[in-house]
Amino acid sequence: MQVVRLTAPNDFAEWRGHARRLLAAGISPNQVDWRMLGDAGGLLDDVDAIALPPVDRPVGSVPRQFLDMAQQAICHADPARFSVLYKLLWALQSNNQMLGDATLDANSLLTKWTSAVRRDSHKMKAFVRFKSILDDSGLERYAAWFEPDHYTLEMTAPFFARRFDGMMWAIITPYRSAYWYGESLAFGPGGQKSDVPQDDAVEDDWKTYFASIFNPARLKVSMMKSEMPVKYWKNLPEAELIAPLIRNARQMESEMIERVASLPPSRHLRQQERLPEPLGTQEITTLADARTAVQDCRRCRLCEHATQAVFGEGPEHADVMFVGEQPGDQEDLAGKPFIGPAGQVLNKAVEKVGIDRSRVYVTNAVKHFKFEPRGKRRIHQSPDGGEVQACKFWLNLEQDLVRPKVIVALGATAATSLLGKTATISKLRGAPIALSNGTTLFVTNHPSYLLRIPDAEGKAREQAKFEADLILVRDAIDVLRTQH
Amino acid sequence: MAALTLRRKLAILSDAAKYDASCASSGSEKRNSAGTGGIGSTEGSGICHSYAPDGRCISLLKILLTNFCVYDCIYCVNRSSSNVTRARFSVEEVVKLTLDFYKRNYIEGLFLSSGVIRSPDYTMEELVRVARSLREDHQFAGYIHLKVIPNATPELLVEAGRWADRLSTNIEMPTDVGLEQLAPEKKPSEIRTAMANVRGKLDEAGPDKKARALKPKFAPAGQSTQMIVGADAADDGAILNRAAGLYSGYKLRRVYYSAFSPIPDSSSRLPLKAPPLMREHRLYQADWLIRFYGFDVPEIVSGGEDGLLDLSIDPKLAWALKSRQRFPVDVNRADKEMLLRVPGLGTRSVERIISTRRHHRLRLSDVATIAGTIDKVRPFIEAADWTPGGLTDDSKLRARLTPQPEQLSLF
Repeated sequence: MQVVRLTAPNDFAEWRGHARRLLAAGISPNQVDWRMLGDAGGLLDDVDAIALPPVDRPVGSVPRQFLDMAQQAICHADPARFSVLYKLLWALQSNNQMLGDATLDANSLLTKWTSAVRRDSHKMKAFVRFKSILDDSGLERYAAWFEPDHYTLEMTAPFFARRFDGMMWAIITPYRSAYWYGESLAFGPGGQKSDVPQDDAVEDDWKTYFASIFNPARLKVSMMKSEMPVKYWKNLPEAELIAPLIRNARQMESEMIERVASLPPSRHLRQQERLPEPLGTQEITTLADARTAVQDCRRCRLCEHATQAVFGEGPEHADVMFVGEQPGDQEDLAGKPFIGPAGQVLNKAVEKVGIDRSRVYVTNAVKHFKFEPRGKRRIHQSPDGGEVQACKFWLNLEQDLVRPKVIVALGATAATSLLGKTATISKLRGAPIALSNGTTLFVTNHPSYLLRIPDAEGKAREQAKFEADLILVRDAIDVLRTQH
Repeated sequence: MAALTLRRKLAILSDAAKYDASCASSGSEKRNSAGTGGIGSTEGSGICHSYAPDGRCISLLKILLTNFCVYDCIYCVNRSSSNVTRARFSVEEVVKLTLDFYKRNYIEGLFLSSGVIRSPDYTMEELVRVARSLREDHQFAGYIHLKVIPNATPELLVEAGRWADRLSTNIEMPTDVGLEQLAPEKKPSEIRTAMANVRGKLDEAGPDKKARALKPKFAPAGQSTQMIVGADAADDGAILNRAAGLYSGYKLRRVYYSAFSPIPDSSSRLPLKAPPLMREHRLYQADWLIRFYGFDVPEIVSGGEDGLLDLSIDPKLAWALKSRQRFPVDVNRADKEMLLRVPGLGTRSVERIISTRRHHRLRLSDVATIAGTIDKVRPFIEAADWTPGGLTDDSKLRARLTPQPEQLSLF
């Protein structure tokens, strides 16, 4: 039997040094007795592994995952950790895939240890409570007493160093202590609770906060205890409040429920008088009025999930009004029509055929974005007849207020809305249509249709047809303008 | 009126802030104070520094700058018609409290909200001043969560995002009708526009780390929102549909569900009863299943009745019991998507099952070892030595898997 005596309870490098020697010498796990220095000796015929030649280079290979887990597992308080780790190391030499089998006892032990150690370290980050000390020179220092379940101070102290760079602090545990003076971490021997001050000037504020942020109507003591186990309470200043808060919770809750609402304070009445009259009841006479009022529109259900109504944009008396289907994702977020990819297609074509963009008003048949949520994306859905009909109110209003010479319906939805009957683009495009209010209507595709055509040839063909339609629009505007 | 002490203000303004459920301090950039002489760090995962007896994590100093408010939202403890004691912190007081608490390791940072006073811009500017002072005057690198006040100018939003890790705007009610009834002065489109604006800035900040490094920082922990459950008539289907719409539109990290809880000096128009905590819990489970387990809203809602989730069993089990034609699932062959739908198997267990079955076929006891529990799993799976036979379609299965209320002892 080989005896290995370790000087530190959680020094991975030390354990690895011994493990390499044993592995190089081919000593199997059941031939090794791992002990801490100072533990009672074994049998007389034990041979110290120290006698083996030192090895300071890798003697085998292990998956990276084993190294990561072993460095944490070695901080566990279970005395068997050294031997179990060596057993795993030994087994990994003949089967380096074995960590993937979650049903092996050694693997579940390793998993259990590493998660216990990580939790212990995490709880240290959470439950260390520094107390401030002013020394004679007026310098402020901070000290905390903490009792971890495992040997986790060394692995956790760098976290405190990164977090509290500008403070001088110490964390004392029963087995070791850590110090930060602003430049480097130092470790010293363990200590006791009386090594740190018992009081702190800010603790009462903290207790006030703890008591006030607690909601007595939601008492869930078991939840609190599972996340903040009772064993930690003795070193948490706020814990002394827990019992009285629980005791009084029911009463506080029923008092809140039973108390009748009081009359509002006079400040409230003054504020109410200053509130502006709600919009919408007054008559809409300008585009600006309409733009405000449309935000309160409830004529259909689309307002429920869209961000906002997207009203038309352009000069008050534009020559031409382009009417699309509905705002898309980007238009919905920004509150402006035709700013997405389809808008760019439209702008380019308008510019190319020579329509003056500054005299164009763009809007949609439906003012709210209709979509189907899919994870982190919104998928466009076409509005139905009822929604188009409901929104006709706003499109009519825009026509009346802008009074364009020419209206262009982009796509079937817009054409249907403007004509009041189901429209087919291919049958209607290419010729002006006289609307009952005296305006000339042209019908063409929605620019997003061009974006959806997969093949380049088809795309070019449809783009040409789209531009040809816009040339008709341009010429019509020119004719109408000379007539005025 | 006598001036309030700082401690009294702290009591009032934290009491007023406790109805905001979010206390998360996770998901921000990695950052620390090493070499700066300052204090503070965020390292990805959040830390809960304490727990109140309500079982809620205390991670941040969650306070209002003031509980004066021009709005009269019926459900809110700070509504203008309430007679609660009013208080207001100065910017310096909040900064000092944050630093004092942080240095003692009580908190991860600050969650600062406020009643709306004077104007949205004025209120937002005050919130931004606190964050700016912490970052600029005190080199504070801890976590900051700021409330976005709808209708504040874009410049203030940009600055808020520069100092804060997370921004949030509360949608408040699951439906616009509910909001109109309980918060008549708030406009749903203004709340959603505020979220859309934050999303716009998040998009500008860049889709990946490389792009972000070149641009001014904007809220690296993203944005979140909260809705109140049980103050209006909205059912769980409406709540989850609202959440799905918000997740899809505004790059939200989280939607928080807050069971409506009785408030001091409450309006008689509200349900005065204990908060529906189990309903809130089921909604969080449903939210999780939708985001990480591949379920959609109609599937989850189909597990319950009349648009409400089953309160006595979890939503995945509820769905499985009503979708038994899809079971049993063979743990040795099924794909990940289907394994994730097995009641009692979480993402970790599913990963372990997939990794272990590369070594050998799984028996029922192996699944028990991996999942830590087998009762809920057994009727829905097949393993090397197990087939559930008639168990899957057993009419008593629901009753058998419903946790029994704890037996009370005689006293």
